[in-house]
Amino acid sequence: MTERKIRVLVGKPGLDGHDRGAKVVAAALRDSGMEVIYTGLHQTPDDIVRAAIQEDVDVVALSILSGAHMTLFPKVVKLLREEGADHVLVTGGGIIPPEDMDELQAAGVGRLFGPGTATADAVSYIRDWFEASRAGEED
Amino acid sequence: MDEGRGDAVLNGLVAENERLEAEVERLERALAVWLSEYEETSKRRDIAFDTISGTPVKPLYTPLDISVSDPDYLESAGFPGQYPFLRGPYATMYRTRLWTTRQFAGFGTAEETNERFKYLLNHGQMGLSVAFDFPTLMGYDSDDPRSEGEVGVCGVAISSLADMELLFDGIPLSDVSVSMTINGPAILLYCFLLVTAEKQGVALKELRGTIQNDILKEFMAQHAWIFPTDPALKIITDVFEWSSKHAPKFNTISISGYHIREAGSTAVQELAFTLKNGFTYVEKAIERGLDVDEFAPRLSFFWDVHNDFFEEVAKFRAARRIWARHMREKYGAREPESWRLRTHAQTAGVSLMAQQPENNITRVAYQALAAVLGGTQSLHTNALDETLALPTERAARLALRTQQILAYETGVPNVIDPLAGSYYVERLTDTMEEEAERIFAEIDELGGVVRGIEEGYFQRQIAESAAAFQREVEENRRVIVGVNAFTEGNEDSEIEILRITPETERRQRERLEELRERRDAKTVERALGRLEDAVRAEQNLMEPMLDAVRAYATLGEMRQALERVYGRFREPIFF
Repeated sequence: MTERKIRVLVGKPGLDGHDRGAKVVAAALRDSGMEVIYTGLHQTPDDIVRAAIQEDVDVVALSILSGAHMTLFPKVVKLLREEGADHVLVTGGGIIPPEDMDELQAAGVGRLFGPGTATADAVSYIRDWFEASRAGEED
Repeated sequence: MDEGRGDAVLNGLVAENERLEAEVERLERALAVWLSEYEETSKRRDIAFDTISGTPVKPLYTPLDISVSDPDYLESAGFPGQYPFLRGPYATMYRTRLWTTRQFAGFGTAEETNERFKYLLNHGQMGLSVAFDFPTLMGYDSDDPRSEGEVGVCGVAISSLADMELLFDGIPLSDVSVSMTINGPAILLYCFLLVTAEKQGVALKELRGTIQNDILKEFMAQHAWIFPTDPALKIITDVFEWSSKHAPKFNTISISGYHIREAGSTAVQELAFTLKNGFTYVEKAIERGLDVDEFAPRLSFFWDVHNDFFEEVAKFRAARRIWARHMREKYGAREPESWRLRTHAQTAGVSLMAQQPENNITRVAYQALAAVLGGTQSLHTNALDETLALPTERAARLALRTQQILAYETGVPNVIDPLAGSYYVERLTDTMEEEAERIFAEIDELGGVVRGIEEGYFQRQIAESAAAFQREVEENRRVIVGVNAFTEGNEDSEIEILRITPETERRQRERLEELRERRDAKTVERALGRLEDAVRAEQNLMEPMLDAVRAYATLGEMRQALERVYGRFREPIFF
């Protein structure tokens, strides 16, 4: 398998300004060798999807601590599909109750991470997903 | 005095001094022996022994670390209620008045939060603290497209005076002080509150309460900003100026370290950045020509209370002394009220864990104890479920009870500043003050707080500290129960969760639509026009804004009137 860097867009959708987690995760993904684009705060789902397409990313990782996850995750997934970019993994984390995580995963969102997650877990999740998806392509 | 007696006194002093020196030497020798024995035992647990903020900590503190026998005691510590307020902001502290139990609360519509407020007051809470939803925090009406999915979700939705009136329906603002966590649009929500009080028949001269109104820490950490730095600071000075005449008992700002710390700073950075922000507001107001003693007594503070127990106590103490010294020596304040740092405190949200959430009750209790030993004036204790959602009624009550047990059962409030004289706490207090002074100098070197924000200095410092802490946790240098140790039982952590339904957003939009139809459109338009004129003319915005509020102009409409002139803040993006 050719070594290509995994491209990840880390986004903060909605009006939520808590960026500690997003920045810690973005730095950890970068330090693990991924190509990371951080969009900054207060982005609309449209802004995020536009940036994701433009930057041709493999993964969109959203951080939401505002409780608006049930609106924002599905919106980003839907917009990516509309743009024909459903190969992009949408994952993320924040203050998200477990039942909501289940519901979002059923709706096509990848794994979601809560408080207390080790960044190493997020790194290996994205890496495993990437390898599995490329293996799928090669079949 | 004859010469013989003078000599006797002198000889006495010399002898006393020699005795003290000999005593210090004896202590130093004994300590050296103890230390060498300590060093010989080479086994240490493999964890970080420095404070959670990375301040090095010795295994033992002794009289050699402090200066209680210092002839400068009165100048460096003094008594409670006296300069430099190290021992406490008030002379009698909790013997006269316990700290105010003030739980931050808000969700859904104004009616739902009004109900929660009444519940808390009925359970012995003493003051109110309003949590707004993100649209309100950012100055958007509930029916703005940008508000979709966020209305009433992480706080209460307030888009106009009508909502504010409902929020305090049946709650007398003459008796209950209200604190509002609002920054970007603080002046707007303040005007909503003032008019609500007016309508309840409360004299504004008597109105007590607090608005956070601390935009500098928003730029640094919390990020609920609207306007660029200069107009944002100008508006805050407007609030100071107007309030010193018309609402002199209202705290016009709560200079907050809380969000800086939660975003990842160390305790020392929280202390230094926050106080420096405070000095910046003071400088702006003095530049406007205000008399420091007119507005300084209404400045209040807000600290985070994190896990490192003694460091937190030392932080509260150091903050009071630094503030007093600078206000008196540097800014020339003459009134003790201007030197006195009064503070609110909240236990560290970031320390709560989703794993075994019941453990959060214990974390919160220790943190609350630190805040009280630090001498806080009011306190919010977090609820155990806040890593997952806003607190349920049951969780909110338990958090309140945690404070009441501390206040009434432990005996802790009976003695003022009881940790004073602890070799460790006194040394740590001094060290934190020295470190803060070093950081002040560094910020001055950069060209001040505003320049530092625009260049991303504070944001970078905070992000670096957050990353360093996370690394330490992942390397198991810091133990977090349930996260990187003692994880048995993590699976079984089902707890009840508060849910906000989309119904809230629908109802709130409907209500806003009705308001827009009901109010007098011409009056609103005229009031908004006058507000925008005042913005362009660089006048104090309070009076025209109060008029617009009385006409039921909405939050979003007034924010837009300001934004048309001021524009928006642009964030320096990095990670």
